[in-house]
Amino acid sequence: MNVLVCVKRVPQTGGRIVLTADKQAIDTKFLGFTISPHEECGVEEAVRIVEAQGGSSTVLTLGPAAAEDQLRDAMALGIDRAVLLETEGREWDPVSTAGAIAEAIQAQEAANGPFDLIIFGNEAADTGDFQVGVRVAVALGRPIVNGIKGLELRDGLAVARRDAAEGGSETYELRLPAVVGVKEGLNLPRYPSVPGRLRAKKKEVERIALGGSPAGALGLGAGEDAAAVGGSDIPGPTMLGLRLPAEEKTAAAVIGHGAEAAPAVVDLLERLGVLSR
Amino acid sequence: MTGPVLAFIEHAGDEPDRLSLEALSVARGLAAALGAPLEALALGSAAASDALARALGAHGVQRVLAVEDPRLDTYAPVGWAAALRAAADDRSPAAVVAPGSDRGNEVLAHVAARTGLPMAANVLSIEPGATWRIVRQRWAGSLLEDAALDAPMRLFSVAPHAATAAEVGGAPAAVTPLAPLISDADLAVRVVRREARTGGGVSLTDAKVVVGGGRGVGSAEGFGKLEELAALLGGAVGGSRVVTSLGWRPHADQIGQTGLRIAPDLYIACGISGAIQHIVGCKSAKRILAINTDAESPIMAVADYAVIGDLGTIVPAISAEIQRRSA
Repeated sequence: MNVLVCVKRVPQTGGRIVLTADKQAIDTKFLGFTISPHEECGVEEAVRIVEAQGGSSTVLTLGPAAAEDQLRDAMALGIDRAVLLETEGREWDPVSTAGAIAEAIQAQEAANGPFDLIIFGNEAADTGDFQVGVRVAVALGRPIVNGIKGLELRDGLAVARRDAAEGGSETYELRLPAVVGVKEGLNLPRYPSVPGRLRAKKKEVERIALGGSPAGALGLGAGEDAAAVGGSDIPGPTMLGLRLPAEEKTAAAVIGHGAEAAPAVVDLLERLGVLSR
Repeated sequence: MTGPVLAFIEHAGDEPDRLSLEALSVARGLAAALGAPLEALALGSAAASDALARALGAHGVQRVLAVEDPRLDTYAPVGWAAALRAAADDRSPAAVVAPGSDRGNEVLAHVAARTGLPMAANVLSIEPGATWRIVRQRWAGSLLEDAALDAPMRLFSVAPHAATAAEVGGAPAAVTPLAPLISDADLAVRVVRREARTGGGVSLTDAKVVVGGGRGVGSAEGFGKLEELAALLGGAVGGSRVVTSLGWRPHADQIGQTGLRIAPDLYIACGISGAIQHIVGCKSAKRILAINTDAESPIMAVADYAVIGDLGTIVPAISAEIQRRSA
């Protein structure tokens, strides 16, 4: 089983987000970086599949040179190979990102054989575009389902489970080769071991320079109706600036301390009309 | 002449989903700004029902495009996207507006991929013009993005709970049947099995009261006290990322950036410090009551009310007081 997992380097935002002076990005001077949480589960799943069924695992990212750190993190957990689609640091829109990733996957498969399974995170933690995995799957002509929290590979099928909106879960069956968008909760990612980290340090990262112009990535991954909308995929949306949401609330009204506050709390519940009687 | 605004609706039988009605509020505002009609696509056996046309009309929809194909009663992302594309081909809408649900985002992404059009997920507001301006969520709403979108047809999903569903007293929508060609290949990926929620009771997304627990609950067993209070209030129990990662609660019950966004009438946050990743999941609650030992914890900045102290004694005391008064 050959598995590819696509990840994104994102800042580790714990408390308040601080923006750069030009409001074009998060100020990451004092922040570490990590793999998006959904994708950490994707990395773990890829490692587990290859441990159980043999084959090879590959991690791929599109990002700045420093995204090599996240590829090495993934290799420290047991991923075999890494591919970096290197940008000049500027953020790429989801259409251009998907186009470049689809093109890179085709090149990887031409050189090293096909991937049976490609794993994306359900959405990137930072931009939350909810579309790159679907665009890549459509460009490659493979089935995809998003939001996956349970995965089993058997009889040439990916049996995938996700939470249903109304509660409970729903199951899908995708014929391999397939693509899945996974969510946190799929598994509990392991911590890297010291030997794992040392091995990852020595491994090669295949670098493919994309340069600074996302437009160069367009063309492949063009929609079926591309001609109708001007010859190729239209990139976007275009980010103009970032801002923090207005703080709506101020300090909480303290209605009591300890168990003695119970009558005041129940008075409040009655006032709010949430006591069903 | 600008085309209509086409809303993609999820509905259980003839009842539209809450997130779809919220998205309709944004779609209605956009249609008004454009001076364009508001139309909605409905799929499956109940798509052309009078009840659905009445419900959507009340929310300002003038026309329901009904694809009464019973195969679409079962969710199939590509099949649903094919129906949405067919409706878009038929109506040439200026914009398509979908709910920012798992299904809404997924179906819209398939339409975007197959038409080569850009898509903006989880928007809060849309301002049409020579260049359309949008505000959308990043980091699940911890950060806002101002963006521009230029395309012959604009694709948007609306962030959950960004708008309030509102009846505007419209007449029942006209129903126009559509019969697009949907191939078996379009239905290859579909729900093949469903499993009902275990444990019964109300779901976290439907509950009027949600009792949430964080690290302060201390253990999986500690959630018993929260369960008792939730049961007395007819509510549901959820948890922070910490407690689902520790295995104290199932992952499906996680409230926050990588879990659920809830919007109950009251959220009771027990032993939750209030990391930004959790806040984005619960801030749409009408009221928040925090029970926490630390009066300075970040949850206090978003809570309306607070009780300071140990939840292990406070929560059972509240349950006991409710039982005493109802006795």
